[in-house]
Amino acid sequence: MIWETVRLSLRSIRRNILRSFLTLLGIVIGVAAVIAMLTIGSGTTEKVKADISKLGSNLLVVRAGRPAGPGGPGGPDQTVRPLAEKDIAALVAHLSGARAISPAAQKQVRVIFGTESLTTGVTGTDSAYLDARDWKLVSGRPFSDSETRAGTGVCLIGETVRQQFFGAGDPEGEIIRVNRTSCKIIGLLEPKGYTGFGQDQDNVVLMPLHAYQRRIAGNRDIDNIYIAADERTPTSELQPRVEDILRDTRRVTPDRDPDFAIRDMTQIADAMTSATTTMTGMLGAVAGVSLLVGGIGIMNIMLVSVTERTREIGIRLAIGAHEKHILIQFLVEATVLSLLGGIIGIVIGLSLAGLASMALTIPFAPSPAVVLLAVGFSALIGMVFGFFPALRGARLDPIDALRHE
Amino acid sequence: MSAPLLITFDQVWKSYGEGEARVHALAGVDLAIRRGEFVAIMGPSGSGKSTAMNIIGCLDTPTAGTYSFMGVDAGRLDRNRRALLRNLYVGFVFQGYNLLPRTTAAENVELPLIYRGVAARERRDLAMQALAEVGLVGREHHTPAELSGGQQQRVAIARAIVTRPTLLVADEPTGNLDTARTHEIMELLARLNTGLGLSIVMVTHEADVADYAGRTIRFLDGHVASDTLKAEAAA
Repeated sequence: MIWETVRLSLRSIRRNILRSFLTLLGIVIGVAAVIAMLTIGSGTTEKVKADISKLGSNLLVVRAGRPAGPGGPGGPDQTVRPLAEKDIAALVAHLSGARAISPAAQKQVRVIFGTESLTTGVTGTDSAYLDARDWKLVSGRPFSDSETRAGTGVCLIGETVRQQFFGAGDPEGEIIRVNRTSCKIIGLLEPKGYTGFGQDQDNVVLMPLHAYQRRIAGNRDIDNIYIAADERTPTSELQPRVEDILRDTRRVTPDRDPDFAIRDMTQIADAMTSATTTMTGMLGAVAGVSLLVGGIGIMNIMLVSVTERTREIGIRLAIGAHEKHILIQFLVEATVLSLLGGIIGIVIGLSLAGLASMALTIPFAPSPAVVLLAVGFSALIGMVFGFFPALRGARLDPIDALRHE
Repeated sequence: MSAPLLITFDQVWKSYGEGEARVHALAGVDLAIRRGEFVAIMGPSGSGKSTAMNIIGCLDTPTAGTYSFMGVDAGRLDRNRRALLRNLYVGFVFQGYNLLPRTTAAENVELPLIYRGVAARERRDLAMQALAEVGLVGREHHTPAELSGGQQQRVAIARAIVTRPTLLVADEPTGNLDTARTHEIMELLARLNTGLGLSIVMVTHEADVADYAGRTIRFLDGHVASDTLKAEAAA
């Protein structure tokens, strides 16, 4: 009986193919928009998570300046003392629960090899940097401790720098000019790709801190200290310890604000993830409104259909159709119509999300739950918005209906 | 006339409107029809014959009085119970055929069986049998648009008899047909009446169509004006 009714409704949808298609369009657009938004949204969330874990998991970053206030991140404050090597020394000596502690100072600098040149981010650091930031070498070796101490002219380069100067070739042993100093390449960094903010993380040159300070920066400042927590220590526990040690070495009394800021990358990751999730939810809700509009389209067309087929309803009632048979017939028709729209919408929505994922280089993350929800929701829309027209059809008086031209 | 009563009207009234504007389509009709009878109902338009036919077919209910169908007080049943009565015991044939368009003859004939919950295979067999009875073998896959008026009416008759009803209600079944086709259809109905013992109540304007019936009831102004058996008329 129900299969019979489904067949019947498919036939009546086919008979008015253009009208059915136009009616479907509302549901198709609604479902496609919801699916695309939610899929792209969850892809973005995954991308953000991955980006942040690329920065290094369980990472604290210390920099000079006041901590970020409620008005946003506190900018670099010139009146504040920069971080110095004694701060590092104090952390290395007293901090427990850290896997790696590494200083870093950065600057955008012009790098030259042969006739090619490239503006790149040069970072002066030590051999613990790779460990702190979970960064591996594709080939070559990190700086030795003696190179770090002596400030030898050696460097590690990122994938972008290699491609610019050497194509697919092996850069090891080549000499590049960084600013006015020359530097021997001893290793190639593993590619990390772009950050969520579009910054190329592979356009980098790493060199020993002392070499950077002497030959490029011309001062002894340290911009950041990277502290990676070990497996047993959560960053939230590590952070107050770091603050205590730095207050002590930098002589900041407990009643004053510290002249340094500690950023917890785990917290930032959580905040950004929840921000993208909220964004996704909001876009999904907006797209959901178009589903509602689609539902009203279904209701409208079902009312037209009931009026058009008044005579048919009369015939069916005369030969013994129960009220519920007519009700079910039109309900099934509305449901089949909106389900069809839902299925087409899912296909289009997933295709759009797939294309967008490729374009935005985010992971394509279709969620079976979202797809099921869309199917269920579109069927529900058919039932809800089909009910009133169906009831109107079922309640027709057979005599009037038969007389209807 | 020893056959059991099929239909009785006991002071049946059917009125429309209120107060001054109140119109009585039927004004206290008494009537009895037995099983196996072939009755023609005649009368000018507005005489109440269509209203009587709708009540007989359990499509409508009287305003006052009692209408019993097969001993059941059908005038007091709700619309779903009357739908069940129609599905089980009544077949309809209309002037305009009233077949579902773009639906094959076989599917049209199967329709009442669907509402009875008959399985697909059995439905097909019964529909074929009914189409054979009306002489339409080989046309089962044609749609109404591909059939002539006479053939469409045969499909409608097949649809009416496929459920093996007790009563066939025909509303001017030959109204849209030419003379030759009219006689073919009437012979078919007469054959169903005598062959299957199917009771038939038929509304018609035409005297020569009414002649096929064994009994003619004339309505005038909501009353039964005359009620004649064919034998009496001939005598």
